[in-house]
Amino acid sequence: MAEKIIGRLSGLYKEFPRKGGTAPTATHYCPGCGHGILHKLIGEAMGDLEIADRTIVISPVGCSVFAYYYFNCGNIQVAHGRAPAVATGISRAEDNAVVISYQGDGDLASIGLNETLQAANRGEKLAVFFVNNTIYGMTGGQMAPTTLIGEKTTTCPTGRDPRFSGYPIHMCELINNLKAPVFIERVAISDIKNIRKARRAVRKALEIQRDGKGYAFVEVLSNCPTNLKQDSQESIDFINNVMTKEFPLGNLRDNSEEAESFKRSVSDFSIDSINGLYDLKNDSSPDAINDPEFGDVQVKVAGFGGQGVLSMGLILARAACKDSRHVSWYPSYGPEQRGGTSNCSVMISGELVGSPVVHSPDVLIAMNRPSLEKFADDVEPGGVIIYDSVASDFKFKQGVKAVAVPARQLAAKGGSERAANTVMLGVLKTLGCTKLSDEVFYQAIADNFAAKPKLIDLNHKILDQAAKWTKENIK
Amino acid sequence: MEVKDEKKSPYPVLTQIECKACGRCIISCPKGCLEMSKEINQRGYHYVVYTGTGCTGCANCFYSCPEPNAIEVHIPKKD
Repeated sequence: MAEKIIGRLSGLYKEFPRKGGTAPTATHYCPGCGHGILHKLIGEAMGDLEIADRTIVISPVGCSVFAYYYFNCGNIQVAHGRAPAVATGISRAEDNAVVISYQGDGDLASIGLNETLQAANRGEKLAVFFVNNTIYGMTGGQMAPTTLIGEKTTTCPTGRDPRFSGYPIHMCELINNLKAPVFIERVAISDIKNIRKARRAVRKALEIQRDGKGYAFVEVLSNCPTNLKQDSQESIDFINNVMTKEFPLGNLRDNSEEAESFKRSVSDFSIDSINGLYDLKNDSSPDAINDPEFGDVQVKVAGFGGQGVLSMGLILARAACKDSRHVSWYPSYGPEQRGGTSNCSVMISGELVGSPVVHSPDVLIAMNRPSLEKFADDVEPGGVIIYDSVASDFKFKQGVKAVAVPARQLAAKGGSERAANTVMLGVLKTLGCTKLSDEVFYQAIADNFAAKPKLIDLNHKILDQAAKWTKENIK
Repeated sequence: MEVKDEKKSPYPVLTQIECKACGRCIISCPKGCLEMSKEINQRGYHYVVYTGTGCTGCANCFYSCPEPNAIEVHIPKKD
């Protein structure tokens, strides 16, 4: 006889081999837990809407950390509270994906609150199923952001007191203050009437994803029979009679009819488009050429903020780039705009740069004495230290070549005291320790000051004067 | 005649081994035709059984059951 069978949901696996253990067809959830019911509602909708093969469920941290045992679709498990960020990445990388984030109250409303609101505010194409049972379940029943006033947990054994812990956080209402979300509803996994309403909301949220219309948030009031020490009837009564007083059920927003499918323009990462965006000439940054014989040159430039330490590093990096070398520039500075210590590492290499960090420089350029004190001992034997002669009494270790440069005086003589960094660059160039040709230094300065042409001539002149000084004074 | 009618009635299929005895299906059954066993299953739980009559195929038991593989509701087609 022909039969209609309700059951056998295609959105859930028939067996759960990932789970291991002796009961491969049963969930790991406690008897009576609402997670299993919600899993079934999602699994049923995924099957009925025929979206399982383009769906990715993000498992949270909490009891449902193992949701990927059960959902017959793409699965990822992410760090506590980070589902919105990962979901955003997936949704944007795979435009056709249906992304589901399944999170509990600790995960979503506590550690993940910021990301949740940001993702909602951006209107990411994402269905969020937020399971609120007023307690941390997996970790043993601690107070959650949604714990009710007066409710006892292991971390508020006399009941939640708002004078210490504030008030239960209302996620639907918070999200309803944002413009982008398409659908917001609070439902309950309690009696069958509410379960069927929850079923409709789950389906609606997934229809919105199927059609690529944007953000849907479904808060699901659920139970924790173990930590709240309730049997099934007590669970149902607690949700219906107590929780819903604090968290009223109902739809807060449904723009699914008016909302249109998301259409984002396609990002263009081609060199041409990037050059266009930053107004670069196409030949300003030639591709690096692999040249293992070049080896590498590791440079550290240090001084105080405002001495042009970082920009000198950048000009050097540009010069290396002009020379078709692999290069990295890596700044390190305090929060101050001026006056703090500042340094940068420049790695010039004949091969791909593995790490931009320079621990033992071949060349140290020190604009002041504290920089010598900090970095001089790190310089490789055989290396070069070019330093401002204001630090003249510094004792250098054996085996390094130390070159004192009256950088500020030379710069002032050349027309700008602020160009001491260009003096240092000129000395560096002329000593030949970077193995780069003279020409690329001039080109790099021209590029660096392209927006202020007057400074190009000035700095070229100072570069020349520094070269002349070096030839006359350094052997 | 009676036998034929009975065969045409909906009925739940309860998989004994999957039941964890939470009793949510018993609470949600409008006809009161599910009950908890006296015995326990191999996993050590009591389990829900169908009394044998009264099922209308509403599937409340299926939707209120947390286990994906414990309950199916079979509804014979009329013709």
